[in-house]
Amino acid sequence: MTTASSADHPTRRDFLFVATGAAAAVGAAATVWPLVAQMNPDAATIAAGAPIQVDLAPIAEGQDIKVFWRGKPIYISHRTKKQIQEAQSVALSSLPDPQPDSARVKAGHDQWLVVIGICTHLGCIPIAHEGNYDGFFCPCHGSQYDSSGRIRQGPAPANLAVPPYAFLSDTKIQIG
Amino acid sequence: MSGPSDFQPSNPALKWIERRLPIFGLIHSSFVAYPTPRNLNYWWTFGAILSMMLALQILTGVILAMHYTPHADLAFKSVELIVRDVNYGWLLRNMHACGASMFFFAVYIHMFRGLYYGSYKEPREVLWILGVIIYLLMMATGFMGYVLPWGQMSFWGATVITNLFSAVPYFGESIVTLLWGGYSVGNPTLNRFFSLHYLLPFVIAGVVVLHVWALHVAGQNNPAGVEPKTEKDTVPFTPHATIKDMFGVSCFLIFFAWFIFYMPNYLGDADNYIPANPGVTPAHIVPEWYYLPFYAILRSIPNKLAGVVAMFSAIIILCFLPWLDSARTRSSKYRPLAKQFFWIFVVVCILLGYLGSQPPEGIYVIAGRILTVCYFAYFLIVLPLLARIETPRPLPNSIADDVLAKSKGRAATAASMLLALVVAGGLFAGSTQNAKAEEGGDTPPAQSWSFSGPFGKYDRGSLQRGLKVYKEVCSACHSLNYIAFRNLADPGGPGYSEAQAAAFAAEYKIKDGPNDQGEMFERPGRTADYFPAPFPNEQAAAAANGGKAPPDLSLMTKARSYKRGFPQFVFDFFTQYQEQGPDYLDAVLQGFEDKPPAGVTVPEGTYYNKYFPGHAIKMPKPLSDGQVTFDDGAPATVKQYAHDVTTFLMWTAEPRLEERKRIGMQVFVFLIIFALLMYFTKRKVWAGAH
Repeated sequence: MTTASSADHPTRRDFLFVATGAAAAVGAAATVWPLVAQMNPDAATIAAGAPIQVDLAPIAEGQDIKVFWRGKPIYISHRTKKQIQEAQSVALSSLPDPQPDSARVKAGHDQWLVVIGICTHLGCIPIAHEGNYDGFFCPCHGSQYDSSGRIRQGPAPANLAVPPYAFLSDTKIQIG
Repeated sequence: MSGPSDFQPSNPALKWIERRLPIFGLIHSSFVAYPTPRNLNYWWTFGAILSMMLALQILTGVILAMHYTPHADLAFKSVELIVRDVNYGWLLRNMHACGASMFFFAVYIHMFRGLYYGSYKEPREVLWILGVIIYLLMMATGFMGYVLPWGQMSFWGATVITNLFSAVPYFGESIVTLLWGGYSVGNPTLNRFFSLHYLLPFVIAGVVVLHVWALHVAGQNNPAGVEPKTEKDTVPFTPHATIKDMFGVSCFLIFFAWFIFYMPNYLGDADNYIPANPGVTPAHIVPEWYYLPFYAILRSIPNKLAGVVAMFSAIIILCFLPWLDSARTRSSKYRPLAKQFFWIFVVVCILLGYLGSQPPEGIYVIAGRILTVCYFAYFLIVLPLLARIETPRPLPNSIADDVLAKSKGRAATAASMLLALVVAGGLFAGSTQNAKAEEGGDTPPAQSWSFSGPFGKYDRGSLQRGLKVYKEVCSACHSLNYIAFRNLADPGGPGYSEAQAAAFAAEYKIKDGPNDQGEMFERPGRTADYFPAPFPNEQAAAAANGGKAPPDLSLMTKARSYKRGFPQFVFDFFTQYQEQGPDYLDAVLQGFEDKPPAGVTVPEGTYYNKYFPGHAIKMPKPLSDGQVTFDDGAPATVKQYAHDVTTFLMWTAEPRLEERKRIGMQVFVFLIIFALLMYFTKRKVWAGAH
């Protein structure tokens, strides 16, 4: 065989083999693309994930409601003075995931906490108004969140996520 | 797979595995060193093509099952959602649906090849019988897959085929009830068919392993039909057969892609775009083309039980072929009489397929009976007789001799290839034509559509005007269930912006709820909403429209068709003509006549239409000149309205058409370049072998 010499002096034969192999590789990759891409959300799912509007007027102080956006539960809490006080006064250095309360609510709307109600540990739904921090308690593995939705105790690594939202008026928000 | 391999991998890790599980030796001896006769022609590449098709069907099938809902109320819709909403869903569905036809096309060539070259003869009887079992499993799988979209043909195909078993004496009815899981074809039937349709391909794959095993024990047959004697008669499987097979596969993919991207509905039946309706049977029940010859045999026999027995016998008889044909010469190349009868048999099968697609009346019934006799006579009379009376021509001494002799006879081979291709194409095209009876409707004139042909695109202006006609006229009675407002802003659609689509949606009142008080309420439409139906349910729609609910229009252009006839449908394959639906719709919208022609009366409550089958249509003339005003200055005539609304409805039926044709062109360019590269690579590899 002439493997060594053909490596030194590429022949037309080598070029043909390389070109054919390359074309086969390109074809295979282009075939795999749609086979994998089909797993992404379809157009109907994406359309159903459009922003939603929530009327806050019926939620009394100390109450909270759960709404769904993109299949995720969103907690909207109307916090009491005490809860706001607690959330604002805690020393940031004592938090596992330090974040001031002001970064988690909209300015001028301190009483409204809007968080995605999914535990950052492994995705269970924390229960509101439970635990030692006047916030949320996750029954799965015992993570505890405070009245700002920040992780205080337990295995969860991060604070409850804040979804993108904006106030359309004082009593109406749009999530998404 | 013939004896222990002496292959040893050089990599220590592979060596470690090889000592414990000699899988690399198995692969090496089966697919690398395996000696393959050097005189194989391209008909032998269909084994590889079939393996590829099986893998592709399983792959696309598993993916489609991720999006499909096997429920009588949801199946039809879920298939439409796959095609419309899932990323590349249209591609995967077309690949799977056309793939079934390609699979059968390839298997028929593979079987006829075996028949011609005597590949079923000693010592390959078991190999052949395993092949017949695979074929039977394929038929069962294909049938059950066809039921899954739950259209009219799915439903009535399932009803007719399962009723075959009612011919069984004494137990027939019980067997059919067992198959259905109910008193008629229904949701339980669909569920079990889905389950079995998922299972059987893996059973096929298992039998294919046995088939390949048996092949590698007996060795491949070859066009000369003489066994390899010396090393000069064979070449190693890799690279010779591998590269040749891959060239064959790439050519086959070009043929396959023609259907996927340009003719996805050519082999299907328009009726299957109408959701299953247990109360109405389509005028002509026609199975998929690959069952047509057997369907013709079934219908030729006037007795129910005998017909079913004849149909199954037509397949089972293949199992006995090795013993029915006891001639010692394998290849028909050296059997002057057998060769002629083989081609007659091929023609008989094609004609049976054609008859299977025609209505069972008049001359067709008689012809069907004659051809059924011919079919069985080939196996039961001709082949046994030929084995006794025929004098075969002398065989070459060896395969090497055959190869030397063949270099002279190239032209003859090319001619026979060409003939076979034409016949195969005829079989294919001929059997696809389904029996759409015209029942007294005039043939619609062919229109020129912007979306026809390989570069077809929708005319945006026409789509927008068509939407206006639908909204102002058709939507009073007809729903458009599969179209959401967001689709108006989709690429390849009417070309509106997101904001325009949102504004359009907001003009509609959509029923939503229940709210926190448990009440339904109305709100302005959003882009994610679908076009609301004009009636709350089918009964209300029927009650308001003289007893017959106006059909949903989303799929209308694909759910209607008319008979093209021979030889027109053969040309259609090459010209990519598939606008029967739009032509028909356009014609019907313009085909109303105030006064039926002399001597024709239509029943009370119906209207005379030149193009409607039977001429008596329940829909009153929907469009008249000046009814809708267009902003762009297009003429306010019925002709224009009909053209525009038909274009719009083609888009609602096939919203991904532009994407399909665009990607199709890219795939074609690639496949042709790739096939050429494969061809030259194959020549290089084989240069040393000749």
